[in-house]
Amino acid sequence: MLTYTIRRLLLAIPTLLFISLVIFLLVDLAPGSPASQIPLTVPPEVRMKILESMGVNEPVHVRYLLWLKQFFVVEPLVLIDSTFGTAFAEGQQRILSWQSRSPVFDIIVERMPQTLTVIGSAYVLGVLIALPIGIYSAYRQYSWFDQLGTFIAMIGFSVPTFFTGLVLILIFAVELQWFPSIYDTSLKVTDWDSFLAQVRQMAMPVMVLALYNAATISRYMRSSMLENLGQDYVRTARAKGMSERVVVLKHVLRNSMIPVITVIALGIPTIFGGAIITEQVFRVNGLGALLIGAIQGSDLPMVQTLTFIFAVLIVLFNLIADILYGILDPRIRYD
Amino acid sequence: MTDLAIEKPRSQWADVWAQFRSHKGALIGLAVFVSLILFVFVGPLIWTKDPTFINPNAAEMIKTRNKPPSLQFPLGTDQLGRDMLARMMKGGQVSISVGLVAMLISITLGTTVGVMAGYFKRLDGPLMRLTDLFLALPLLPLLLVMVMLFRDPLSRSLGPETGTFLLIVFAIGVTSWMQAARIVRGEVLALKEREFVLAARSIGTPSRRMILRHILPNVMSPIMVAATLGIASAIITESALSFLGLGFPPDFPTWGRLLFDGVEYIQQYPARVIWPGIAISLTVLSVNYVGDGLRDALDPRIRGR
Repeated sequence: MLTYTIRRLLLAIPTLLFISLVIFLLVDLAPGSPASQIPLTVPPEVRMKILESMGVNEPVHVRYLLWLKQFFVVEPLVLIDSTFGTAFAEGQQRILSWQSRSPVFDIIVERMPQTLTVIGSAYVLGVLIALPIGIYSAYRQYSWFDQLGTFIAMIGFSVPTFFTGLVLILIFAVELQWFPSIYDTSLKVTDWDSFLAQVRQMAMPVMVLALYNAATISRYMRSSMLENLGQDYVRTARAKGMSERVVVLKHVLRNSMIPVITVIALGIPTIFGGAIITEQVFRVNGLGALLIGAIQGSDLPMVQTLTFIFAVLIVLFNLIADILYGILDPRIRYD
Repeated sequence: MTDLAIEKPRSQWADVWAQFRSHKGALIGLAVFVSLILFVFVGPLIWTKDPTFINPNAAEMIKTRNKPPSLQFPLGTDQLGRDMLARMMKGGQVSISVGLVAMLISITLGTTVGVMAGYFKRLDGPLMRLTDLFLALPLLPLLLVMVMLFRDPLSRSLGPETGTFLLIVFAIGVTSWMQAARIVRGEVLALKEREFVLAARSIGTPSRRMILRHILPNVMSPIMVAATLGIASAIITESALSFLGLGFPPDFPTWGRLLFDGVEYIQQYPARVIWPGIAISLTVLSVNYVGDGLRDALDPRIRGR
């Protein structure tokens, strides 16, 4: 298992390098150059100086290597510095945003909590809803519960999240006025009242994302359970007189969870992508809103870094899913 | 003995249709999808109002804007006095065409890659690595970046409508072929071990004819299912792009764009968000049901049960 993990980690390096190159080159082709944001009244020699300080007059490969160095060397050093109080990254140039002229990673760290609270709780909630529904609809296949579950799941992944979000806003914010339609980031949870306010403003985005995630995961859970319920070992367990509860919730559930857990792991990075839309609907200024803002303002370093972080997440969770599969399923041996 | 009627020979597609018909959801889905297509493509021939018509007389325009539903405007008018029903039809034409064309591109790409990787052992490694690389790309951010980069240059050279259409269709197609490629490769690998392929090869069938005559017809079922589901996801992606303001230009209606324009007026005129949203959801839902039924109908293990 260890050798497999190490081999996969080593294989991830060229993959990530290639993806970073693709992202860098694609974004670098952008017609919106930072020079266009400098007013025309600025004299040409000053303009040259500004461009030089931003490092855009170098050839592409130099900039790519510099960006790689900043991403993989300078930024981790900054992280070490801020946690241990050392000064490794002193005087090193960090990745700077063109829009705000501050380090990209500082902005990302600032925006991260909003995304993580909303998306994280939505995903956990989605999984918690999906598992019992999947188990029960498989156990009572073709019952009215199963039919209803299938129908709701179909709606869950057919109706786009921006539409469900808008419908919820219409019902709960415009008509009933229970929840605010705009997410207030500056809200600090200090006491019971502010906690309630936080729960209220999180309710709608979490509902939207949880419905979507629950729809997909419950389908996987159902089909995985169905596959195992027909197996011989289930008949054996029943034949030796085990209670139905033990058969379903111990024997079948444990075996059915194996593929579902990998699906859950694989889904984590994709919800970051899907959250871009939900954040836009509810004006949550998390990572997705940051990316949209950066794209509209052609803030290339920000777009490159964010997109690459999403790619790193995907590669990482693919790896985690594969390793989990190997750990959970003794039939699978990678070595 | 003699009156044993010989059963009529049944063709494969009649069987498939019989199985498809037994799936109630799929049948309703097909009916809904066909009526939506009729609504957006035949509808404009009956309802001939111009969806982009803005009354040049400013006073008249102000009088006709933001109208509630009436006989003259069955779905009301928008903030510039344009007829919503006509805009819904026009928008649907674009959304559904984007879905169909993007699906064609992604299926063609996916099938080609899948068949090549499955059939030629030498290509298998590199092509599957390529597929894995594409699967590791963050697709929505990349789509947004692609649209941002190429929208203006393409609009300038090909006109705003054709330029954006080609860009979006191409971008969606290029980023969604991977699942189809994997499924097709798996099927081809299994087919290659079958006796009829061996027989065909032993009489010296060249690779080209092997693929076109023997392999492709036998992998049609998974391709068709993937294609149906591909339409749904392409329509969702296009409307998501339009919703984020990175799709078609403002005065060019698509369902996603209409929804995006309606968000501003969601408090006063919620219907302007509801109609396009329902249209998108209904299309995707019906297509997904058709895909579901097709999957069951094309699976010979389920058929006839």
